[in-house]
Amino acid sequence: MRALAVLAALAAAPPVLEGLGAGFWVVTLSRALIFALAAMALQFVLGRGGLVCFGFAAFMGIGAYAVGIAYAQGVEDALVVFPLAMLAAGGFAALTGLVALRTRGVHFIMITLAFGQMAYFAVTALSAYGGDDGMTLWSRSTLGGFGWIEGRWPFYYVALGAAAGAWALLRALGASRFGRVIDGARQNPARMAALGFDVRRAQLAAYALSGALGGLAGALLANHAEYLSPAYMSWRRSGELIVMVVLGGAASLGGAGFGALVVVALEEALSGWTQHWRIAMGLIVLAVALFAREGLAGALARLRR
Amino acid sequence: MSLTLLAVQALNGLQLGLLLFLIAAGLTLVFGVMDFINLAHGAQYITGAYLAVFFYGHTGHFGAALGLALLAALALGLVLEALVYRRLYHRPHLDQVLATFGVILILTEGARALFGPSPLSLPRPEILSGAVPLMDGLNYPVWRLAIIAAGLAAALGLWLLVRRTRLGMQLRAGADDAEMIGALGVDVARLFRAVFGLGAMLAGFAGAMAAPVLAVEPDMGDGVLILAFVVIVIGGVGSIRGALAAALLVGLVDTLGRSLSTDVARLFLSPSAANDAGPAVASMLVYVVMAAVLFARPQGLFPVKAQ
Amino acid sequence: MSVLAVEGLRKRFGALTATDGVSLTVAPGEVHALIGPNGAGKTTLIAQIAGALTPDAGAIRLMGRDVTRAPVFARARAGLARTFQISATFLDMTARENAALAAQAFARRPLNPFSAVARDGALNAAAEAALALAGLAGRGDVRARALSHGERRALELAMALAGRPRLLLLDEPMAGVGRDETHRLTETLRALRGKVAMLLVEHDMGAVFALADRVSVLVAGRIIATGAPEAIRADPAVRAAYLGEDG
Repeated sequence: MRALAVLAALAAAPPVLEGLGAGFWVVTLSRALIFALAAMALQFVLGRGGLVCFGFAAFMGIGAYAVGIAYAQGVEDALVVFPLAMLAAGGFAALTGLVALRTRGVHFIMITLAFGQMAYFAVTALSAYGGDDGMTLWSRSTLGGFGWIEGRWPFYYVALGAAAGAWALLRALGASRFGRVIDGARQNPARMAALGFDVRRAQLAAYALSGALGGLAGALLANHAEYLSPAYMSWRRSGELIVMVVLGGAASLGGAGFGALVVVALEEALSGWTQHWRIAMGLIVLAVALFAREGLAGALARLRR
Repeated sequence: MSLTLLAVQALNGLQLGLLLFLIAAGLTLVFGVMDFINLAHGAQYITGAYLAVFFYGHTGHFGAALGLALLAALALGLVLEALVYRRLYHRPHLDQVLATFGVILILTEGARALFGPSPLSLPRPEILSGAVPLMDGLNYPVWRLAIIAAGLAAALGLWLLVRRTRLGMQLRAGADDAEMIGALGVDVARLFRAVFGLGAMLAGFAGAMAAPVLAVEPDMGDGVLILAFVVIVIGGVGSIRGALAAALLVGLVDTLGRSLSTDVARLFLSPSAANDAGPAVASMLVYVVMAAVLFARPQGLFPVKAQ
Repeated sequence: MSVLAVEGLRKRFGALTATDGVSLTVAPGEVHALIGPNGAGKTTLIAQIAGALTPDAGAIRLMGRDVTRAPVFARARAGLARTFQISATFLDMTARENAALAAQAFARRPLNPFSAVARDGALNAAAEAALALAGLAGRGDVRARALSHGERRALELAMALAGRPRLLLLDEPMAGVGRDETHRLTETLRALRGKVAMLLVEHDMGAVFALADRVSVLVAGRIIATGAPEAIRADPAVRAAYLGEDG
């Protein structure tokens, strides 16, 4: 029921903010919701699955570039480019997952980092699509030729819908037999194999799905900013996503979404304050890692006891 | 492509490889002995480069700048170890990743704040500037040869350290079972500090040596750090021998790949398409090699920890 | 046809030959115990049969099917269930959830993303049955972390039984268990005799002689004797291996 309350609050946000004269915050909130979508997708593999993926930004970037490249070819219909983005990102996740999931622990972290960089450099070299400078979209994705998400509010509700949909999907998945296997594989993969589960196949499926959702987030981000660049795929972005998940509480799906909101809001606030806001961000990240490891969900749980 | 050009690129590849080895060696040692994944290792590299520039500006003498930069890199490493890393040795890797990510955000932005975002440069020392003729029509910069020599010396030094000294023995035992050697009376905290300091100095040294040939800027650590990770993953996490082999492989593949890719692409594509595809493929080449190695041997070429 | 047939298994680690041409069989419903002094290579042998290690030479057949190079999960699905020497239950789940997870592997759609587990009647029923078989009826709602050591060993057994295996690989099930619970576990296993074949690795001689139909003795990677428990007890080679030449 808490979920419905949150959804209602988020749905009511635009008119409320407009009424308070802070209508521009809807833009930031849209961005936060997009990252919430990505963070929740990451939480499924990282928090539930125990797979510390340090290349998640690549999935977002691929989704964004799917939109951009399609746009450059004259294809703008959302019903085409959004699934395309998900397919491209999910496909990349499946292919790299085939190699990465043969490893464990630190190896996995470093390999996903490396694959993320591979995507980053590949895209930087695509001078046809802006290379290092990136690419501007002169309009957002359309639906039946109609610019349905050009406006601030329509886009917000689309982003909210996507995030809410992803939350519901991941929640149901987590409660399913598939989710149990992912849980068990995190705790003791050898035991799961001995029980008769094809752990690698399950993890690959989770990884690919997570990647596809990341691609959707990337497609939305490209539309939101009407701009895409290799920076979307940088390892710093991957790190930020991990921070969002951990901040909210790595074991909590909703927490990841909340963590995303907090990080985006923080970055917005800090960057307005100083040019070197990353130092403050770094200190916060460090503090969380050292002292608040359980994240906000953990702190809440402790307060309740 | 002419033989001369190929030879030059091969030497460049060797140089890059040895530079990567200096960085990767510290990274893999720290992981092997302390089971600690340090994303902020690149900061040591940047420190070496920036401080070399800084001290050169104040002393006008390259040798002094190098020495001071090394000491400062060591000091920074030890301070970080004492303040932050020490608390993370027994924590899950995710915590280590998170914390060192925070550190690198602070340090790179700090470098940008202190020195500005524009690239800085460091002139080569007089006696080691210029080029020497290596073969007919091939003049190779002395400084790059110096880097190669320094890298090889460091590799030899590390080998001697690990195989022939008491510290090396503790290192090898500690990589196996740190708790055990602690119980046997070895000062494990001091060993960890020594390993950390060694790694920090090697990376700082690499940074200072690279400064005259590369642009010194806040983001210079990024590409190099990721490559260092690729190196230790290919070589086998915890193995210095693996780090050397993999570093040379990566250095050569990357350098030769970049110089040859456009030409190879031209064999199959139109010149304009090749100009695009060539660099794109080149940048991905190292990762493709990494994927191929890992597909066959997920633990790397010279796995250390028995799984 | 034997449930398990190991033929000429060989495994070397550098200069050490841990498994030196081992052959043994387990007949349907039989309890076959594997004993041997420390360092004999029992753990390595079990690891190869379970699939955690790949042998250098030889073959392993499960119900006639060659599984020598099959991955661990494939052997489980072929009817091989194992318990671990160090309890590998999922500590944060309840006993029933552990057993249900084990049963899930053999359900029609083990990776089904659409079925909620919490209220899955079929899985919970199978879980309860397995718990009952292992003597844990009524303890289903207790978190595995809160179970006693002996109960956790019983849970290991329940998880192994949940999939209705043809062969149980029991890796020192009595390890670290107190006298009362050892007795209870032995009775549980005795009740299973004839229903499922077992390869039992154990140091506890009381359990071995109470349960085993046949005993094989592993010394330095080789089987030096196989036979009925009484015959093994009297075998001079076995006595020599355990007690030294003057035993």
